[in-house]
Amino acid sequence: MKKTATTKSAPKPKTKASAPKQETKLEELQAIRERKTVLMQGNEAVAYGALDAGCNFFAGYPITPSTEIAEILATELPRRGGVFVQMEDEIASICAITGASLAGAKSLTATSGPGFSLMQEGIGFAKITETPCVVVNVQRVGPSTGMPTSCAQGDIQQSRWGSHGDSPAIVLYPDSVKECYELTIRAINLSEKYRTCVILLLDEVLGHMREAVRLPDMANVRVISRIKPTVPPHWYKHYDENQKYLSPLASYGEGYRFHVTGLTHDQLGFPTNKATEAADMMERLRKKITYNIRDLVQIESYKMEDAKIAIFAAGIVARAAKSAVVMARKEGIPVGLLRPLTIWPFPDDAVRKMLRDVDVVVVPELNQGQLSREIQRLVKDRSDSKLIKIQRVNGKLISPTDILRKMKEGI
Amino acid sequence: MATIPQRIIHEYLRHDKKFPHVWCAGCSNGIVLGSIIRALAGMDIDRDDIVMVSGIGCSSRMPVYVDFNTLHTLHGRSIAYATGVKLHKPHLKVIVITGDGDCTAIGGNHLIHAARRNIDLTVILINNNIYGMTGGQCSPTTPHEAIATTAPYGNIEPDFNVCELAMGAGASYVARTTAFHTQETQNMVKEAIEHPGFSLIEVVSACPVIFGRLNKKGGAPQMMKDMRDNSVPLAAVEKLPPDKLEGKIIRGVLRKELRPEFCAQYADLVKRVQAKGGEA
Amino acid sequence: MNNYEIRLSGSGGQGLILAGIILARAAVLDKRRVTQTQSYGPESRGGSSRADVIISDQEIYFPEATNFDCLLALTQEACDKYLFDLRDTGTLIIDTTYVKNLALAAENTFELPFTDIAIEKLGSPITTNILSLAFLVKITGIVKEASLKQSIAETVKPAFVALNHQAMQLGFDLAEKYGK
Repeated sequence: MKKTATTKSAPKPKTKASAPKQETKLEELQAIRERKTVLMQGNEAVAYGALDAGCNFFAGYPITPSTEIAEILATELPRRGGVFVQMEDEIASICAITGASLAGAKSLTATSGPGFSLMQEGIGFAKITETPCVVVNVQRVGPSTGMPTSCAQGDIQQSRWGSHGDSPAIVLYPDSVKECYELTIRAINLSEKYRTCVILLLDEVLGHMREAVRLPDMANVRVISRIKPTVPPHWYKHYDENQKYLSPLASYGEGYRFHVTGLTHDQLGFPTNKATEAADMMERLRKKITYNIRDLVQIESYKMEDAKIAIFAAGIVARAAKSAVVMARKEGIPVGLLRPLTIWPFPDDAVRKMLRDVDVVVVPELNQGQLSREIQRLVKDRSDSKLIKIQRVNGKLISPTDILRKMKEGI
Repeated sequence: MATIPQRIIHEYLRHDKKFPHVWCAGCSNGIVLGSIIRALAGMDIDRDDIVMVSGIGCSSRMPVYVDFNTLHTLHGRSIAYATGVKLHKPHLKVIVITGDGDCTAIGGNHLIHAARRNIDLTVILINNNIYGMTGGQCSPTTPHEAIATTAPYGNIEPDFNVCELAMGAGASYVARTTAFHTQETQNMVKEAIEHPGFSLIEVVSACPVIFGRLNKKGGAPQMMKDMRDNSVPLAAVEKLPPDKLEGKIIRGVLRKELRPEFCAQYADLVKRVQAKGGEA
Repeated sequence: MNNYEIRLSGSGGQGLILAGIILARAAVLDKRRVTQTQSYGPESRGGSSRADVIISDQEIYFPEATNFDCLLALTQEACDKYLFDLRDTGTLIIDTTYVKNLALAAENTFELPFTDIAIEKLGSPITTNILSLAFLVKITGIVKEASLKQSIAETVKPAFVALNHQAMQLGFDLAEKYGK
């Protein structure tokens, strides 16, 4: 490795004093457990959100930049009698959490792009079998190994379409350490309520960023758990269509000897090739999401009331966008921000309204257009509105001034 | 075979739901299923406490027919799903039904790591030496020079010795039998379920319709006879000269030893951590 | 107060990310708002490494320092790379053990051979991060000295607290005496 000759390089590290990743000390964990205001990483907040939502089963495989989640749960789950297991790969991890969930666990795994790609078949299985579980994907630069410690938002479309076949997705996207905690709880809650695999997308910077956070008292944490069947076992239908698409879920070992298969199945869960039953199943998977859009979609609107220009951004980029809004407003430019906390199902209605209200939409994102293509899909109603795309995939963040500059150039 | 078949069928099969089954006439899967059911019938385990997990393939269709907790998963991943079920509810008896392709090709990694952990799963690998469901492609246990649709000129690869693979990875109970030896299969299934640790039974089986036809094995009755004539019980191996063992299937319990079991180890860990002041 | 942006920069192995965490934790103890981000990875193994800390009384949106109020540079490379992102009024602190050429002449520039001092007074370069961080805190007053002390105690391994407190005190003293 040749270095440029212009600078005298610093001494090689002789000590472990500054390993890039800090070992989480037990005293720190104690302060978090006691719910004091502490400096917390996004990944730590995910781990504690999972625990507070009742997660009692984690299976995973180490991968940067998500590993802290596994490390903390390896410490915390045994203390609480839950299971932590490091599996042989990410495929095994998604399978193990799905199996555990069918046995009654609230289960979660955490990974990054390469592992997320490996999990796709298992995610499809969890969706078709309507088994609650949560996959946290702390995104890094891809494709392939990419840049493991650099930030990207390249898995937005994969989180929606990554598994083969049509299967609607619930995907949440936080933008702060506190929200990492809150949306992890929400992800687990939604997985239990809607009986599906919910995905939480984090940006690498957020996973490793530290902010002051005080976890709420448990009394103030809203926790949802799956509805258990009350009917006798021989009446039990694993996918009961009469239950507003959110049907009760039995667990293995409780007397309801049900069948679960990745094959297209009927209401009882048995495989079927009948066109009507296949159609019913697919409709059920679709409708339980589309009929509940209001419950699922969360969106933050910042200074949009009088905005003529809207920035649409998620995660860490939305924070740059918010700074850009503040800067632009100081210069008298009427800019607002629309930020999806739920990225899938896509907030079509909110975006349509935004497109009606403003003349220019700016979409900054750390990929090559995965969010802007959704805006473009909706923009066709209004051909005169202008779309400014800001895209970056080199591992660096988009800064507030980048947004401001491109916005001014564009308008 | 002493129990009344009719009663067992009614108790253990979803006879009113998902029959007729998908298996071809002459297939060994039903015979193995019979052995499993008779083993369980003699064991006094509540059906609610049995979970049968499988992957993809002919044998992996078995769970749909039995009245247990059943889980028909992805190709190759049955052991990984079973690991999740077992770890969350260790009191459940988890039986994995898998095939040669499912377990040793696409699922090989999960097999070796479950064996290494010594997690208390009972893996019944029904080895028919071919991918039957998809029409006869070569598998890791297709014999050298045998014909498969993806080895039309004969298989040039050596085949896996599945039992040795499992033993090498650390499985604490490993046995081999054939579908012809129904009583032996039944005994092994019982022993494997009772064994506290990772157990694997390789049941060499006959696929007359696909493997048999491609390789001119002479139909189902002939293939059953071959399993009888071409296998040697472990106890007899030492007495036979090496040339008599050429190409023979060696049947018997190849390993049975006690080693710390994974779920028990985990329970101990939890106890140890909680004793040190972790909240319950 | 508006955002106060600090970048601690140098080379992997100099303990800058740890210093960033300690500074951020001190700000939490002061009940301020704070974000701490970092750049690490292949780069931080001997290459350049940085930690950003933004301290504010308002909500902090963009968490990366872009226009520093204070830059600490422990290597020539880091100094050259980030110097021109320092605000005109910003404070520059450099380690002259490694930074030999400074492309800026301005007030609010503090130059000391922190690494040499750490080796001489504390026997090893290991505490250069805390030594220079304490100097920065004393010069800028961005967090309370007592908070820094407590933050160090809460962050480093118990066996190293005394040594790091010694380095901190040395940093405070150097700042006190600087220019005098």
